[in-house]
Amino acid sequence: MDDTALTALRRRNYLLTPWPWRSLLYVASTPVVALLGWPLALPVVPLVALLVSLTRDSTVETGTAMVITGVSVACWAVLAPLLAVPLAALERHRLRLVRPEPTRGGHRVPPSTGPWSWLVTRYTEAATWRAVAYGTLLTAAAPVFYLFALGWVMFAVALLLAPFLVSENDVMHLVFVEVSTPAEAWPWTPLGLALVVTTPYVVGLTAWVHGLVAAALLHEPAASARLHTELVEVSRSRARLVDGFEAERRRIERDLHDGAQQRLVGLTLQLGLAKLDVPDDSPAAATVAKAHEEAKALMAELRDLIAGIHPQVLTDLGLPAALRELADRTALPVTVRSDLGERPAAHVESTAYFVVAEALTNAVRHGHASQAWVRAYREKGQLIVEVTDDGRGGARPDRGTGLTGLADRAATAGGRMLLSSPAGGPTVVRIELPWVRATERAA
Amino acid sequence: MTRVVLAEDGVLLREGLAGLLDRFGLPVVAAVGDATALVEAVREHTPDLVVTDIRMPPTLTDDGLRAALELRRARPGLPVVALSQYVERSYAAALLDSDGGRGVGYLLKDRVADVEEFVEVLRGVAAGGTIIDPTVVRQLLQRPPEDPVARLSAREREVLSSMATGLSNAAIARALFVSEAAVGKHVGNILAKLGLPPDDDSNRRVLAVLAYLRGSNRQP
Repeated sequence: MDDTALTALRRRNYLLTPWPWRSLLYVASTPVVALLGWPLALPVVPLVALLVSLTRDSTVETGTAMVITGVSVACWAVLAPLLAVPLAALERHRLRLVRPEPTRGGHRVPPSTGPWSWLVTRYTEAATWRAVAYGTLLTAAAPVFYLFALGWVMFAVALLLAPFLVSENDVMHLVFVEVSTPAEAWPWTPLGLALVVTTPYVVGLTAWVHGLVAAALLHEPAASARLHTELVEVSRSRARLVDGFEAERRRIERDLHDGAQQRLVGLTLQLGLAKLDVPDDSPAAATVAKAHEEAKALMAELRDLIAGIHPQVLTDLGLPAALRELADRTALPVTVRSDLGERPAAHVESTAYFVVAEALTNAVRHGHASQAWVRAYREKGQLIVEVTDDGRGGARPDRGTGLTGLADRAATAGGRMLLSSPAGGPTVVRIELPWVRATERAA
Repeated sequence: MTRVVLAEDGVLLREGLAGLLDRFGLPVVAAVGDATALVEAVREHTPDLVVTDIRMPPTLTDDGLRAALELRRARPGLPVVALSQYVERSYAAALLDSDGGRGVGYLLKDRVADVEEFVEVLRGVAAGGTIIDPTVVRQLLQRPPEDPVARLSAREREVLSSMATGLSNAAIARALFVSEAAVGKHVGNILAKLGLPPDDDSNRRVLAVLAYLRGSNRQP
C-alpha cells in the first residue's frame, strides 16, 4: 500500500506541497462528520457509564448491568447499519483528500429491488459491519485522538501568545508551566514558535492515521488485489506472446537464410559457370543467360524479403546501427540521432525498428515527404523513438492497417504509439516502450 | 599464385566457390565452415587471400567478420574479402576501419553469380585494392543533405560510385560514355569537394569513399 500522505510527510519540502492543506481540510471536516454519526456512539454511553460506576465501587446489580449491556448491544445491532452505511459512503469520498487512490466499499448488489432485499444483503455482509465499526470508532474514539492533536496546537499557540495575554494579577496555566507576568512568559515563546512550526506535521500525521484506519475498514482490498494479480498474469501472457512471435520471426528468417538463400546463391554460381562453358553461338547460351538473370533477380527479392522479416544487423549490432541502415535504404534523406547506451531486450529493439520502418515507408509512399528525422533516446525507464517527416500530413490510423498494427504491437510490448499528423504536415510518429534490459527478459 | 583460405558454412556454396577459384587459378588451400576453423586455417596456411562469409557458426551472427578483423590485427595487410547476404554499411565500415582499409573487399553474395567479375574483384583485393559492393555504395550516396557527399553533382556521384568498385579512369569513361579527360576532371572535383588532396595512387580514390563509410559508422 502506498501511503502518499506519509511519504509526503517524510519529504523535505512537505510544507510546500498541497498535503498540509489537504490534511487540514480532512482533519477540520472530521468533527462535522462525527457529529452526523453521533447516534452510533449512543449504545456505548451506558456501557461507559456502567464501567465507570463499576470502577467507583458503587453497587450496581448484576442483573441491571446485564440488561443495560443487552439493550445497548441490541439497539446498536439493529440501528447502527442504517446510519453507518451512508456515513461510510461519505467517508470514502472524504478519504480521497488524504488517500488519492479510489476506495471500494465492497458492498454487494442486492439480488432484487425492494427494501427487504436491501436490508438482508446489507445486514449479512462484512462490509456493513466494518462500516459500523468505523462509525463507532469515529464517534467514540476519534474525539479523544483529535483532542490530543488540538491540545498540542492550542498549547503551542498559548505559549506563543502568553506574553500578550498574561495579566499582572493572574496566573496563567500552560499545562506544565505557570506564568503570571510577561517577563516570565517570554522565555517560553521560542518553544511555542517551535511547536507552531510542528503544527502542519501534527495535522498531517493525524490525517494520515485517521486515513489509515478509515482505509482499513472502509476499503475492500481483497478484490483489488485479485484484479491486480489478474493484470500481472495478463501482461505476462502478453509478454510470452510477443516473445513467441519474435522467436518465430527469427526462425523463419534463419530458415530462409540458411536454406533457400544459400541454395539460390549456389544455383546462381552454377549458372554463371555454365554460361562460361556454353559457347556464345550455341542455342543454349541465351536460355542459360536468361536463367542466370532470373536467378539473380530472385536473389535480390529474397534478400529484401528476409531483411523485412528480421534485419540481421539489428540482432548483431543493435537498434542505432539498424536504424542507420534503414535510413540508408529509404528513398529520402533521413537524419538519425540515437543515444541509448546499453541495448534493450530484443523485443523492444524490434518493435521500435518496425515502427520506424513503417513510418518511413508511409512518409515516402503517402506523405510525399522530402526529408525525415529519426530520434531514439532513453528517458525515465522508457525507450522513446520519434520519426518526423516534412510531408503533407493527414495520416489517419483508421485508414489502412499499417499504423494500427504497429500501435497494437507497441501495446503488446507494454508501450504505446502516438501520432500527430495535421493536414499540411509535419507528421510525427512517437513510440514509447518500457525499457526492458536484455538480461531481464526471462523474469 | 594466390593461395586462398575460404570460409563458408553452406556446404554447397563452399564446394561451388572452391571449384570456381581453383578453375580460375586461385588455389583453395583450406575450405572451412566456421569462424574458429577459419582463424586456425589462416595461422596454419598463411594464405595470400581470405574469402569469408559474415554470418557463420558458432553464434551465427557476424562471427566471420569478427574473425577477419582479428586476423587483420594479427597480420596487417592480409587481404580479406567478406561475403554477405545483406547490404549493411555497418559491416563494411567495420572492415574498412582495419589497417587503413587496404586489401579489403565487402561484397554481396549476388556478385558470386557474375563469375569473371567476381574473380577480378578477388584478384584486385589480393593485390591490395579496396572494393565495396556497388549496392552499398549506392546507399551511401543517398545521404542526408548536410553530408559532404551531398555536395556532389549527380555525375560526380556516378563517378565516385564507379571509383569505389575499383575501376580505372579509362574503365569509368567507357562505362559512362564520356572522355577519359572528363572523368579525370570529375575525380579532381570529387576529391576537392571531399577535402582530399589528389594523388597518383589510384587506391586513394577508393579511400575517399571509405573515409565517409567510416565516418558514418562513428556517428552516435
